[in-house]
Amino acid sequence: MKKNASNKVDRRKFITGAAVVGAAALTSEAGKAAILPGGQEAPPRAPATVRPSTVLAQAEISTPSVPSPADGNPNLTKGRPGSDFMLDVIKSLNIDYVFTNPASSCRGLHDSIITYGDNKKPELMTCMHEESATAMAHGYFKVAGKPAIALCHGTVGLQHATMGIYNAWCDRAAVILMTGNSRDSVTRRPGVPTTHSVQDPAVMVRDILKFDDQPASLQHFGESLVRAYRVAMTPPHEPVLIVLDTDLQEQGYEPGGSLRIPKYAIPSPPAGEVNAVREVARLLVNAERPVIVVDRCARTQAGVKSLVQLAELVNATVIDQGGRMNFPNMHPLYARGAGGVAQADVILGLELTDFFGTVNEYIDNTVAEQSSRLKQGAKLISIGSGDVFIHSNYQDFQRYQPVDVAIAADAEATLPALVEACKSQLTAANRGAIEKRGQAAQTAYAQSKERMRVDAAAAAWDASPISSARLVAELWPLIRNEDWALVGRALGGWPQRMWNFDKYYQHIGGSGGAGVGYNLPAATGAALAHKEHGRLAVNIQPDGDCMYAPGAIWTSAHHQIPMLTIMNNNRAYHQEVMHLQRMAAWRQRRMDRWHIATTIRDPYISFAKLADAMGVAGIGPIEHPADLTPALKKGIDIVKRGEPVIIDVAMQPR
Amino acid sequence: MKIIALSSVLAAVLCANAAALAAQAPPPGDVERGKGAFLKYGCYTCHGYDAQGVPGKKLAPNPLPYAAFSNFVRTSPGEMPTFTQKVLPDQDLADIHAYLRSKPASPNPSTIQLLQETGR
Repeated sequence: MKKNASNKVDRRKFITGAAVVGAAALTSEAGKAAILPGGQEAPPRAPATVRPSTVLAQAEISTPSVPSPADGNPNLTKGRPGSDFMLDVIKSLNIDYVFTNPASSCRGLHDSIITYGDNKKPELMTCMHEESATAMAHGYFKVAGKPAIALCHGTVGLQHATMGIYNAWCDRAAVILMTGNSRDSVTRRPGVPTTHSVQDPAVMVRDILKFDDQPASLQHFGESLVRAYRVAMTPPHEPVLIVLDTDLQEQGYEPGGSLRIPKYAIPSPPAGEVNAVREVARLLVNAERPVIVVDRCARTQAGVKSLVQLAELVNATVIDQGGRMNFPNMHPLYARGAGGVAQADVILGLELTDFFGTVNEYIDNTVAEQSSRLKQGAKLISIGSGDVFIHSNYQDFQRYQPVDVAIAADAEATLPALVEACKSQLTAANRGAIEKRGQAAQTAYAQSKERMRVDAAAAAWDASPISSARLVAELWPLIRNEDWALVGRALGGWPQRMWNFDKYYQHIGGSGGAGVGYNLPAATGAALAHKEHGRLAVNIQPDGDCMYAPGAIWTSAHHQIPMLTIMNNNRAYHQEVMHLQRMAAWRQRRMDRWHIATTIRDPYISFAKLADAMGVAGIGPIEHPADLTPALKKGIDIVKRGEPVIIDVAMQPR
Repeated sequence: MKIIALSSVLAAVLCANAAALAAQAPPPGDVERGKGAFLKYGCYTCHGYDAQGVPGKKLAPNPLPYAAFSNFVRTSPGEMPTFTQKVLPDQDLADIHAYLRSKPASPNPSTIQLLQETGR
């Protein structure tokens, strides 16, 4: 149907008109003529800017008229759009995805990606919240090993993204954030775009960024983005932010000038100094009970292999705190929990963010109790990139823990040298002691497997709601012969007790900052990274986390991201309950009201229906253990067709 | 050496106390009311609907003798809050204990094929 030309709205004229109407409407005090000294009347003044209004907001969202391409038309971009050059720089960095919620402050780049770039490498991924966009880029990085972009609207979009950035910061994840901004008050649009403009966009998140810049020219943009990428990819990996000036995006430039895309060189990670590494080796090979505690160390299979080599050389117990998949959990030297710390005479911490919490115990009681787990004279060694870069404001670096040897370096990059140093220092005498430790580890390992089975059977095996152990056990025979990866939460540690993790990508750890709302979008981003490898992504999804921003479900449907999501529907924020019980107990008050504002019931949420509503196959609720395997099989079949699925399972509290 | 000796004495005293406490018969309690109280006071949020534990202690089957159980609930020194008589009346506690005693034994893990497939 042909539209009536007279009904077309010219966007720029409409905004101008709206501004005039807005100014004319100011008939009261602000619009009145001022009386100058001497009684002379000054002409009425229109306000310099117009505050947000319904009219202006409508102008923002109305369909603009598209001028016909004709030479000399002042409404056409002259030359090549600046955002095309920005895209060229992005492409030079081999970035595959841009996670975004559409934003007028980024419209120039948005257009360049979908038209000039044909929406390929990078491809825009439609997200329904900037926090989700950031978490998707966060999860994606941990699997792909390279950053994606989270593109956010000016001010409000970046504000939305903030918690996601904090998680990425704490979790040492490289995410490239971009946000639009109109710096020039003369050229920027009035109303909402001006409300969303800011002198210094990064200030609100600078404490949780490794680098940020607001480039003033296209060459400046190119240099800053390449610098940002390199900084983000140098351990410790952290988020970075580049501000996209709207004029810079939208104004044209003449190609053929001096504009150049800077070359990117992959940074070599900082490795430990050789003498310090030798000293660590000396302590390890001579230790009676060495323990390695590891959190965010391995990011490649080579990292896992190096850690196995080191552990086997000295037969050290490896306590994996699970920030990444660092060490094969079916290895006899693998351990969980802090138990082994108490017997150790040498403790090597690799990429720990909480060394203090590792070697100290804390009991939250009326008189807080804190006590050391350490054996008298135990030597502590730290190797980690956390010492290379730190900010002061947020306290994610935890309480200070004195150590005997501190190596400020990337642990994965340092491990090969440490392995060689240990080999060179081994003697016949300490080889005997090391061998004995290995035999003891084998015995303890066999016992731990039997204990796992006893614990699982005793943990409400046949109960409804379904136990965590039962769910995890039911899943294992269905995925063990696939190329699988756990992209979500490790439910109560049961996957590590029951499944065989031996590849670095099979687990990506948690949120880092414990900011709820991370798991669903991060799992989605991780599943996207697994998609190109054809891996089966398994997400055990907390129900409360899902409800922070369930729009990520739609993103997985829209972009056909295959992922088996099992909703761990325990219908409450259980972690918070004991805090309330503790308060009531300390204060001697009634203890039957803890459920207020901590439970998700009356009504229960149907996650199968929620999934259906967003175009994702929904199964459940599954209430009884006997119904689990058929539902899981059905779900896996759907995922193998390349689609996401959500299975709603009514679960025990933890 | 002193520490070992002291630990031995302490262990002996605790064993004697536990034996004495175990000898006391539990007060009468109602299983159904106990189940309700177990939910009402939020015990299940840490110990599970079936008192199976995770992340709290496993309470059933075979709960502690009532006197030891009551002693722990009333004076918990650890992470668990102290539930005094004022906030958790004796009868409710007795009902909860009756509920815990009613829980059947866990299945033998060696009879569960699924568990034989895990951990390998």
